[in-house]
Amino acid sequence: MDVSQYLGIFLDEAREHIQVLSDQMMTLEQEPENQDAINEIFRAAHSLKGMAGTMGYKRLQHLTHDMEDCFSDVRAGSMTVTSELMDVLFQALDAIEGYVNSIQETTDEGEDDNENIINEINRIRSVATGKGGDAPAPKKEEKAAAAPAAKPAPSVGADDAKALYRSMKLDDSAKDVMKDAAASGKHVLGFTVFIEESCLLKAARAFLVIKALEDMGEIVATDPTTQDIEDEKFEFSFSLFTICDEEIDKAKEVMLAVSEIAEVVGEEFNESGIDSVGGAAKAEAAAVEAEPEPEPEAEKEPEVPAAKAESAPAVKAETAPAAKQGAANTKPQAKKPVISKTIRVDIDKLDSLMNLVSELIIAKNTIVSAADSSDSQNQALTEQVEYLESVTTNLHEAVMKVRMVPIESAVQKFPRMVRDLEKKLDKKMQLTITGEETELDRTVVDEIGDPLMHLIRNSADHGLEHPDERSASGKPEMGTIFLNAFQDGNSVVIEVGDDGKGIDVEAVRTKIVERGLASEDTAAQFTDKEVIDYLFDPGFSMAKKVTDISGRGVGLDVVKSNIESLGGDVSVKTKLGEGSTWIIRLPLTLAIIQALMVIIGDEKYAISLDSITTIENIPSSDVKLVQGKEVIQLRGTVIPIVRLSNLLGFDTEENSEDMIVVIAKKGDSQAGLVVDELIGQQEIVIKSLGKYINNDRIISGATILGDGEVALIIDANALI
Amino acid sequence: MDELEKYVEDNATQYIVVNLGIEHYGIDINYIDNIVRVPAIRRVPNVQSYFKGVINLRGEVIPVMSLRVKFDMPETEYTGNTRIIIVKVDPQAAIGIIVDEVEQVMDIYDSQIEKVTGEKKEESNGYITSVGKTERGLVSILNLATVIGEKEQA
Repeated sequence: MDVSQYLGIFLDEAREHIQVLSDQMMTLEQEPENQDAINEIFRAAHSLKGMAGTMGYKRLQHLTHDMEDCFSDVRAGSMTVTSELMDVLFQALDAIEGYVNSIQETTDEGEDDNENIINEINRIRSVATGKGGDAPAPKKEEKAAAAPAAKPAPSVGADDAKALYRSMKLDDSAKDVMKDAAASGKHVLGFTVFIEESCLLKAARAFLVIKALEDMGEIVATDPTTQDIEDEKFEFSFSLFTICDEEIDKAKEVMLAVSEIAEVVGEEFNESGIDSVGGAAKAEAAAVEAEPEPEPEAEKEPEVPAAKAESAPAVKAETAPAAKQGAANTKPQAKKPVISKTIRVDIDKLDSLMNLVSELIIAKNTIVSAADSSDSQNQALTEQVEYLESVTTNLHEAVMKVRMVPIESAVQKFPRMVRDLEKKLDKKMQLTITGEETELDRTVVDEIGDPLMHLIRNSADHGLEHPDERSASGKPEMGTIFLNAFQDGNSVVIEVGDDGKGIDVEAVRTKIVERGLASEDTAAQFTDKEVIDYLFDPGFSMAKKVTDISGRGVGLDVVKSNIESLGGDVSVKTKLGEGSTWIIRLPLTLAIIQALMVIIGDEKYAISLDSITTIENIPSSDVKLVQGKEVIQLRGTVIPIVRLSNLLGFDTEENSEDMIVVIAKKGDSQAGLVVDELIGQQEIVIKSLGKYINNDRIISGATILGDGEVALIIDANALI
Repeated sequence: MDELEKYVEDNATQYIVVNLGIEHYGIDINYIDNIVRVPAIRRVPNVQSYFKGVINLRGEVIPVMSLRVKFDMPETEYTGNTRIIIVKVDPQAAIGIIVDEVEQVMDIYDSQIEKVTGEKKEESNGYITSVGKTERGLVSILNLATVIGEKEQA
């Protein structure tokens, strides 16, 4: 069976299931009695197994199968959750992830059977339950067969309602074909397949079912038509007749192996039975449905609502008792939240869309400047240009929104990581995450995982103390690491911190002197903040010994440069004995920003509007000197000023007139940037200066103005 | 096609020969993206002295460097012959090199090329790896990676 076109779906779903497994196993470890978690795990493991089987990944299927058995025992109460068991199961989960990764790279699951893990699982099982671990293979057959086998006998109440295939309208030629086949000893089978109502890809599932059957025989008729099935023009069930080489049970099993298939109802027909097909509709529909005047000759139309009406209560009726049966039932239960209408889009397509929007905005800026400079003040033109501006701005916002994803995907692996660190470091710790629904540009979310992981490792290794040390200082033994994300204006703030021992500023100061980075006198003069900034220097490590978790000194500098390359910045708040918090601030948008255009010297510069609070006219005489630095007083606050023209290499003539000061803020600090002239606000597209130019970070990039001139972008954050 | 094959067999490489004053330099044609006249160059403050700034090349911002400054030669006014060679050593990062003049495209055969060694190599800071002896005289072949890649030595 060619399933390669479903590989993408398989990978996406497999990852979702793995994540569910990971999350729920964490919960289970904390609360070994949590039935919901067990059920959820069971469901995910089962779906994963089914998918792997359909796609032909035998090793993956085998391993998930053994995991599933384990959880089955746990659910049945014949095995308890121990930390030994969970360790092995986590290893198994890693191995599963390994398979999936390998499938993603090579479409092949690889050669590793992971026998040691399977043996270990079976050993624990046999110890815990007294049962051998070798039973699983036949047991599975039994399970898969058991569900449909329970109702092969056609004619009993509930099943009749679902046996929609019996009311299918078959033309005579189809009936003749089937009769011939039945006479020649082949199996003529009628089926109605119910797909889970939470299924997003009904057509794909139906296609897999049909494909599977075509491998075993010939499909004579379907209802609705195959074309309609492909176009997803059906409710949650469809019916078909097939001439099959295999027995009915085998066919059912194959169909049920496709994931998200809720139920398959079917029976075998003999020659005479085939004639009754279609004709039975009247009696059946009248009896079960009590629908007024159902016409047997009616086309699909009346039938489809009937199918809907029938299948919905039928499925419910099915799952209710099934849930009671507990361990014996292996059908995944639809528990997913309400489905929203979504599509998956390749990120490359979004990137090229974004690039096009960027080009459009440059073109728009060109038109704006041309319209401004044109002599004839054409009213209609001006209006249209303004309209164009608002459309492109909205377009940009819309595209940005499309690219936004919750940071959840970047942080969801951390609970598991902290659990592993806990064991490795022999400390007690818990991780609390808030704001995982906060949204950021997809590129940022992809890149932010590593820096965050590093900060969490840092907190676990250096921040948190050992339990005895903690209780000695009157703290709870359990250390807390937290990750809080939230939106703050046009940026997103992510705080990572711990309630550990905090940074020992004096120790860092000593280290700075030891390493010869500053003389003792100079170091003594550093403010705490300046001292802590040394932690971000390459190669500077405070770890007394190098562990495999951290301490090689290739850490915080990488964190810092990663975050800066995303246009963000990182700072730290710490209190000795109480813990530290790393604060990461990231811009919401990457490529296009609103900027204030200014003139400095004779050159145009752009300053991001996000960092600007106000623009002030200040008389030169108001500038005071504090500790050799120029400051101004603004509404009671003292703000240091930066003369941009000096910084950018112009000779400044002292003038006594008013200065234009752009007040910029970063977190709690402010600075006044002195510029020569204001031009106005403009939407600009950020272009990188390339990797060859070495500048002092004041210039964060360039942009192309409407007239084709290049203007440089001043990074106000670097000046504060 | 025949000609091309002959070159490959004879191990010839095509170079763009550019002039700085009276000296000839060869740049491997495979790295060259474009050759343009000098547009308005936007100065970038506080960067390596040889970076003259950035230009707008069809919507892309591209840094440009002066080969004269890089080679410690006196700077001259741009003339009608001055050109910027846009090279891409790394496909993601284009960079422009300002030269006095573009002379011609030339095939230089391996047999004509001599490696630069010893004193001479040090003198050139590794910018020049070899010299081609052609009928037009000596052509110093630029090692682009070192010419553009190196950061300012403080």
